[in-house]
Amino acid sequence: MIQVQAVQPEKTTESSVVFSVRDLNVYYGEFRAVRDASFDINENEITAFIGPSGCGKTTVLRCLNRMNDFIETARVEGKIEYHGVDLYDPQVNSNEVRRRIGMVFQKPNPFPKSIFDNVAYGAKLSGRFSKSEIDEVVENALRQAALWDEVKDRLKASALGLSGGQQQRLCIARCIAVKPDVILMDEPCSALDPIATARIEDLMQEIKKDFSIIIVTHNMQQAARVSDRTAFFTTEINPESDRRTGVLVEVDSTRKIFSMPSDERTELYVTGRFG
Amino acid sequence: MRVVLGGAAMFTVLISALILFVLFRGAIDFFRSIGWDFGILVDDSAAPGWFPRRERFDLLTIVLGSIVMGLVAMIVAVPLGLGTAVYLSEYAPPRVRRIVKPAVEVLAGIPSVIVGYFALKFIAPNIVDPIFSPDQPRNMLVAGMAIGVLVVPIMASICEDALRAVPMSLREASYGVGARKSTTTIRVVLPAAVSGIVAAFIIATSRAIGETMVAAMAGGRDGSGPRVLSPLDPGLTMTAAMTNAAGGTDQVKAGAPFQVLFFVGLLLFLLTMSLNMIADRVVRKYRQKY
Repeated sequence: MIQVQAVQPEKTTESSVVFSVRDLNVYYGEFRAVRDASFDINENEITAFIGPSGCGKTTVLRCLNRMNDFIETARVEGKIEYHGVDLYDPQVNSNEVRRRIGMVFQKPNPFPKSIFDNVAYGAKLSGRFSKSEIDEVVENALRQAALWDEVKDRLKASALGLSGGQQQRLCIARCIAVKPDVILMDEPCSALDPIATARIEDLMQEIKKDFSIIIVTHNMQQAARVSDRTAFFTTEINPESDRRTGVLVEVDSTRKIFSMPSDERTELYVTGRFG
Repeated sequence: MRVVLGGAAMFTVLISALILFVLFRGAIDFFRSIGWDFGILVDDSAAPGWFPRRERFDLLTIVLGSIVMGLVAMIVAVPLGLGTAVYLSEYAPPRVRRIVKPAVEVLAGIPSVIVGYFALKFIAPNIVDPIFSPDQPRNMLVAGMAIGVLVVPIMASICEDALRAVPMSLREASYGVGARKSTTTIRVVLPAAVSGIVAAFIIATSRAIGETMVAAMAGGRDGSGPRVLSPLDPGLTMTAAMTNAAGGTDQVKAGAPFQVLFFVGLLLFLLTMSLNMIADRVVRKYRQKY
């Protein structure tokens, strides 16, 4: 078995690296979900995680903002550095980690509250804004999420009355409002129709100047359209236990991954012959 | 098979109807005996009270008794029940949950007469007497606290169901913007579960008001008034007044002093039924679709 070390070769200057992940192993109880993943994530880029089901791409994503902390049996080994700080250092406040590294989920999950309260929720908690500033924060976040014009006259209305696409943009606004540094997106368009998907993709291009974005997607075309870099994950079957473990095959510029990947498995996947 | 099962269901409905019929018939008999003189139900003498054998039926005395004991019960049951529910749903590791949840359910299965003795032998001498030194060892506070203990399981169980019905995705949305677990529980999970919690409160209140054994054993069984609201006084609930009329201290065989038990029963039935209906409406009206 080849030991895959997919550290990107042409590493840019140190300051532009947001995440530096080395030998990441994730276990759920006895089960190893991800084996030995190593990669870097660059600032103000969109990185796509692609791969077949069960390849661990969502698991890896959820390690990057310590969302896996809430899963009782989950255990993370290896090193994840965020701007040079070990994310899993006991000194690190995991709530602060999640404030700086926001997340948008697979299914739109607005709170059963008003549109305004949804966006203001995290900003209020952070305690960094006065009451009067909150209005501004909400407006700016909604503008950035390209939702302001559609909802400005009904900010007090329930967020549950919005369409699926609007709800997902609201969730992005809620995330932006706490002024994160990174936005993790876990298949953000899988519950949306093509038009709503296109709007989210446009939005990603708009906001990438302010945020570093990592998107997990099942949709290879989406990865090809939106991302600057792509990480391809796949599954390995352990012959002893017959269980699947996710491995990172390679990370490279999206163009390269889709035109001339270094690994045969990537080529098989992106050309649709596997997965 | 279908006929047999249908028959069983029909029979159950029939029993409910029959109970209601017996209550109505008894209540009407009572009104006949008192000559439809409703004024008798509000005693405006200097010392009003519930003295059925003397044909003095001051309804307010026993209604207040039920309200005071019910209030005390809910003051005990809400923090304990909701606290248990939040702990089990949000905080308890699966291991602890597997032990605590059945333990709470065991409490629900304890016969109320045992809780009555618990009130007399533990709550009164060890909690209420040392702190409040009431005049009588049996009083509404002692009974109310025990009734509270008795309704904790129903409060906890319905609240926990409501909390667990809140989708994980809402909690994650909150964590995702940096919220702490406690903040998430208070600001997201509890508001999303509010309809279930209100319903739990109403159903537990209805149970507390309907509780009989503890109220009769530990509440003082004293309808002699005055209509004081202090929980430290002995008192008489609607339910305890009924047990008195049926076979307790005020036992009489016929006439208004006996028939009044049907009237009070009818009142109690209507009260608890409307509470349950309100709970049902609350759940339906505020049910979140998330």
